[in-house]
Amino acid sequence: MTTGKVSPNTIRQTRAVMDEIHRITTRPWNIMEICGGQTHAIIEFGLDQLLPTNINLIHGPGCPVCVTSLELIERALQIASQPGVIFTSFGDMLRVPGSSSDLFGARAKGADVRFVYSPMDAVKLAKENPDKQVVFFAVGFETTVPAIAASVLHAEKLGLKNFSILPANVLVPPAMHAILQSPENRVNAFLGAGHVCAIMGYWEYEPIAAKYHTPIVVTGFDPLDLAMGILMNVRQLEEGRFEVENAYPRYVTREGNQTAQGMINQIFEPVDRQWRGIGLIPLSGLGLRQAYRNFDAGSRFDIQLAQLKESPLCIAGSVLRGVAKPIDCPAFASQCTPSNPLGAPMVSAEGACSAYYRYHKVN
Amino acid sequence: MDSNLPVIEGPVCPMPISNHDHIVIGHGAGGVLTHSLIQNVFQKYLGNVILNQGNDAAILRALKEFPADRNLVVSTDAHIVFPLFFAGGDIGRLAICGTVNDVSMLGAVPKFLTATFILEEGFPIRDLERILVSMAEAAEEAGVKIIAADTKVTEKGKSDGLFISTTGIGWVNPKFQISGQSALPGDVVILSGPIGNHGIAVAEARGNLGFRSQIRSDVAPLNGMTAALLDAVPDTHVLRDPTRGGLATTLVEIACQSKVTIRLQEESIPVDRNVRSACDMLGLDPLYMANEGKLIVIVPSGSAELAMETLKKHPYGQQAVKIGEVESGSDGQLLLKTPLGTTRHLDMLAGEMLPRIC
Repeated sequence: MTTGKVSPNTIRQTRAVMDEIHRITTRPWNIMEICGGQTHAIIEFGLDQLLPTNINLIHGPGCPVCVTSLELIERALQIASQPGVIFTSFGDMLRVPGSSSDLFGARAKGADVRFVYSPMDAVKLAKENPDKQVVFFAVGFETTVPAIAASVLHAEKLGLKNFSILPANVLVPPAMHAILQSPENRVNAFLGAGHVCAIMGYWEYEPIAAKYHTPIVVTGFDPLDLAMGILMNVRQLEEGRFEVENAYPRYVTREGNQTAQGMINQIFEPVDRQWRGIGLIPLSGLGLRQAYRNFDAGSRFDIQLAQLKESPLCIAGSVLRGVAKPIDCPAFASQCTPSNPLGAPMVSAEGACSAYYRYHKVN
Repeated sequence: MDSNLPVIEGPVCPMPISNHDHIVIGHGAGGVLTHSLIQNVFQKYLGNVILNQGNDAAILRALKEFPADRNLVVSTDAHIVFPLFFAGGDIGRLAICGTVNDVSMLGAVPKFLTATFILEEGFPIRDLERILVSMAEAAEEAGVKIIAADTKVTEKGKSDGLFISTTGIGWVNPKFQISGQSALPGDVVILSGPIGNHGIAVAEARGNLGFRSQIRSDVAPLNGMTAALLDAVPDTHVLRDPTRGGLATTLVEIACQSKVTIRLQEESIPVDRNVRSACDMLGLDPLYMANEGKLIVIVPSGSAELAMETLKKHPYGQQAVKIGEVESGSDGQLLLKTPLGTTRHLDMLAGEMLPRIC
């Protein structure tokens, strides 16, 4: 993704940090990167190949495409298939398989499905097409929420009656609780997602680190950022500390972007949400507050959902919980490939299965 | 006689309008309108002795241009692009260059093209003329003639503006063994210049960038450069233009066809700074972005320097670089050595290229 852009200086410093990790590591440690963008970068740069063998990176549930529930995808498919609807979404959501089709499939059958780079583009479409209902599929972690909140406010200001969102946003801290409470948990430390923290800050992580005795290091996306995040975690683990540390101070403060947080809180409130492959996590999603509920596509369209079934081969749930690696799946790279995904983690470039498929370790 | 009846003095049917500034359905009906479109628009820009004969087919042997010791090479390609105009080119230039380049990738000399135009009712004739001018310029640059053409008009909404399908005819010296199957262990992989420009230029024309990038498509006929290369390096093994699917997909195809492993050095792959920034912002990978004027050359290592020298002398190859080597291995792997010294595996592009969310 970032062909050749790493500077010689970064390479030298990354190597030095890797040497330090080798020097101080005395025991096996499992470190989970929550964010799919980090999974992608780790595998793109082959950072896992440079780590000591007893440092095990576990890929977390941080791909918003992957964790969007089958029910929401079916809902999206049904809304998209209604006449007079322009259904908009971020690009990689279009190929996520529902129980029988994906949004590309709906488009081929005549639905007006378009991918947009920003929810504001969907508002623009609504303004330009007053006779159509424009729906935006609001997926993503805390990173995409400010732009989605702004789009709702903008649509309200313009008085648009034909714009709505299908709320599917999810939150990081409740997922961390869920992982750490699980009896299968093997995670010893977390790399916190730098861009999530740029918005939300990291104050929410402090009680998590304290409660579960688990270090959390806010980490960026360059090879050096990632190496530093891993080093700071290993140092804490080796020293028996469990604090929240910031390895991404050039973008992240403890409090985060309070203007953005204010806008999120004005529009959204935490709601229980199903995570694909994980199950229901209490208060882990964002729903529209009462005052903005008229922008909720879920209530604007009458949707009847049939019984939903996941592929019996797919082990996406275990992959998303960090219990299994993509290569442990019998369908990996055989029945399940990026062109024919059985589960969501094979779809998005951020999905652990897709990242493994594209960049998997060369032996 | 009722004096209220109108006096009929002659035919009352209104004369059909013959000067349209948009394509109407009658332009495809084969009658007067079709002929006027052919003569006044198509022949005006693309005409030559053979095309202007106006026969149902073109006879090439009559020209005695076809050398007896050469093999005939034919390639066909349909061109659809949205929008039709983008920075650095348009569908017309694309339709000429795409097919000229396909013929050239076997080491052949493209000579003739045929072209089919599917027009949508309502398409502005001014735009059609602009596209034909661009085709004529590209054909002249490539040294090819359009010897047969056809036009069809669909009802509005049944197609999208303009589709152009072209077929290229050329000949090749049978001494060349150029094919995707010919890469051998020890060969050197050369790329003629930076990648991703066409894909980003089209994305920008679609309004997907949300900013102005000044990136122009690289769409260009490559036959001049391939001819010069083959003069200098007749033992070239593979020529391929990395179009749809980009550099990575094309090299995986070659590795599979030749049953070899190709290993690239990530740092050596040229990507213009603004293309890289645009890709980073959009979550796209330049290795998978389309190019329309780039050439992959695979030659024996002993010929690599001469090939580089020859490419660099050509305007479209000034930024040529060696990007990797061919190794033995039968499973068609494409490996990329990262700047950190680690190795990753690259695969073909799966389906449509989709931007990442975060």
